[in-house]
Amino acid sequence: MFEYAPAPESRDIVDIRPSYGLFINGEWVEPQGEERHKTVNPATEEVLAEVAWAGEADVDRAVQAAAKAFPVWSAMPGAERAKYLFRIARIIQERARELAVLETLDNGKPIRESRDVDLPLVAAHFFYYAGWADKLSYAGFGPDPRPLGVAGQVIPWNFPLLMLAWKIAPALACGNTVVLKPAETTPLTALAFADICRQADLPPGVVNIVTGAGETGAALVDHPGVDKVAFTGSTEVGRLIARSLAGTRKKLTLELGGKAANIVFEDAPLDQAVEGIVNGIFFNQGHVCCAGSRLLVQESVAADLLEALKRRLGTLRLGDPLDKNTDIGAINSAEQLAKIRELSEAGEAEGAERWSPACPIPDRGYWFPPTLFTGVAQSHRIAREEIFGPVLSVLTFRTPAEAVEKANNTPYGLSAGVWTEKGSRMLWMASRLRAGVVWSNTFNRFDPTSPFGGYKESGYGREGGRHGLEAYLAV
Amino acid sequence: MTTPLAEVASSPSTLRAFLHGLPGVDRVGADARAAMLGTRSIKTTAKKQAIDMAIGMVDLTTLEGADTPGKVRAMCAKAVRPDPADSSVPPVAAVCVYPDLVATAVEALAGSGVKVASVATSFPSGRSSLEVKVAETRLAVAAGAAEIDMVIDRGAFLAGDYLKVYEEIVATKEACADAHLKVILETGELATYDNVRRASWLAMIAGADFIKTSTGKVSPAATLPVTLVMLEAVRDFLTATGRKVGVKPAGGIRTTKDAIKYLVLVNETAGPDWLDPDWFRLGASSLLNDLLMQRQKMATGRYAGPDYFTLD
Repeated sequence: MFEYAPAPESRDIVDIRPSYGLFINGEWVEPQGEERHKTVNPATEEVLAEVAWAGEADVDRAVQAAAKAFPVWSAMPGAERAKYLFRIARIIQERARELAVLETLDNGKPIRESRDVDLPLVAAHFFYYAGWADKLSYAGFGPDPRPLGVAGQVIPWNFPLLMLAWKIAPALACGNTVVLKPAETTPLTALAFADICRQADLPPGVVNIVTGAGETGAALVDHPGVDKVAFTGSTEVGRLIARSLAGTRKKLTLELGGKAANIVFEDAPLDQAVEGIVNGIFFNQGHVCCAGSRLLVQESVAADLLEALKRRLGTLRLGDPLDKNTDIGAINSAEQLAKIRELSEAGEAEGAERWSPACPIPDRGYWFPPTLFTGVAQSHRIAREEIFGPVLSVLTFRTPAEAVEKANNTPYGLSAGVWTEKGSRMLWMASRLRAGVVWSNTFNRFDPTSPFGGYKESGYGREGGRHGLEAYLAV
Repeated sequence: MTTPLAEVASSPSTLRAFLHGLPGVDRVGADARAAMLGTRSIKTTAKKQAIDMAIGMVDLTTLEGADTPGKVRAMCAKAVRPDPADSSVPPVAAVCVYPDLVATAVEALAGSGVKVASVATSFPSGRSSLEVKVAETRLAVAAGAAEIDMVIDRGAFLAGDYLKVYEEIVATKEACADAHLKVILETGELATYDNVRRASWLAMIAGADFIKTSTGKVSPAATLPVTLVMLEAVRDFLTATGRKVGVKPAGGIRTTKDAIKYLVLVNETAGPDWLDPDWFRLGASSLLNDLLMQRQKMATGRYAGPDYFTLD
């Protein structure tokens, strides 16, 4: 037996301060309240740092700073703004290893993913939108599209730095200024980004970062000085935000939950489909809003595919996220772990069959083994609700029409995957699936040039690509 | 797979239907999977284990028009004792020579446990009559070759004449008697991964003991994704028939780092059962010295120059 010796990435490269303030107007400032929050490494439960919880007064300060910076930043020629964005992108590349380690420590995702997926995409987003900054007149939104003003942005904990990039890069390229609130469990890379803004000599107030939990986010979203709100996170919170913004002049984009179908036809490239299923649901421990959490497999190949999938799951390596050979890292928080457990137990109670590979679970930290449910029906909770964890529900279908029907039979509509070697069927499916992204013989591929967003309860608005500019321009 | 495997080759149409009924291979996905496995970080004890494993899987090869008995004898000495300065280095799996040099190699390797392999069947093009190919195989086996590396007729394969390829493999296998048959698919000329999977199954149905990527005379030779597809094929063939077939990537594998990538691929695709010289080989000549150099580096902490390793 070939045992891989541990290959841990060194954490010496990151320098985590014991305590962080708020980043407002280009400075680190202390919050007005006393409340602070500890951020922990979910793989070990070790406390990494204390961060401030911004109250209403702090949020007000940040919005004021952004409003003050807006006339300067928006009046700057696009080519000048591009220089700052290119500089930020290059600094991110130079500090990629440090940021990847920091992301893995704070989030629990494997270093293989933060290093090979997150960070390259983060840099690519800044590069891509830097390229747009001086070409806005050619983006199809009229000869002189104007920025909106101050953008209030609230992002989730599953891809902390990548979601920051998706939000900040287009906002700045279009000439807006930003107040960003990272998730309370994963603030560290956003705080490191504050340092990058200083390193890039970004004018004060253009980017402000306030840490905190839901109340901080609510204060930001509701602040009258905010002109545009962008939120990525749960559908539940998205609904609250939509309600509170209704009737105001603020523009809103929401990128919410999903329950994507990954549809495998009998003529699919079987081995690649297995990889795509694994990547679809076990990538980032399933903490992906567009995760392929419902596998729809044609009945004629269901048995073969499941056997191949189970064999493949047996080779997944779960453990220390800083080990370069780890495939599955830790669940981000105790709360999330509890939610995954609760839904999995509901799956069993409702009669679906649960299966996990034999896989040692570390003693400390928050862990959940990769899990399959077979015999799932559309009416089961695990087929309807977003689990946001490494749990795959397997359903079957008989005809292409049934596949489309089942795939669309969800309140969500963020993504879908289709596996077939038949091009005509692929196109037929793609035009009928109500999902923002349809992947063809692949899953969970992202690119800054490609718009991303949802149908129905998965939200509205698009991020990425030329379409992503629209959310930050008066059009 | 509705037709029983024994009847698959009963006519050109059943054989064709079977091979074209195999699941397709998506090139982008296969390349991505192979690249991901290539990023596994193999260090310390695992690397030590991998290096010795790889040395024991090497088919030390010389296939030049200029080969001489002297050259072959020197290579055989190296095969038995790869590092004269270190007796803990295991011998390689086999030496691979042209048929006319088999007797020389057999003599030089007598009693060592290192096997003699020979490329027969009009290597490397395979462009001759079946009679000539079978006769050449018989000669090599009679001279003492324990393993025969045959090439398939890529022209017939690409023309869709699968039955001709099948029959040649069956005939060669018969001529092998007790010798093991490795079937070289020359994947560089088959061009698509779908073809690689079909050729792999074709060879296995016809009785191959091993399937091998390349002659080493065509570029590209062995690549990680092609080997991945072949490993998937032997894995699925075992499930379907209960018969285990070995895999041999050959050509272009020069560094320890490359060799370790192949071992990882085997470990995570076909499974650890294939990590054995009986089921996995590396066709290479220049790889061995790099493995020795890395081995010494791990033992002593420093690199000796290339002059500290023999050139045979």
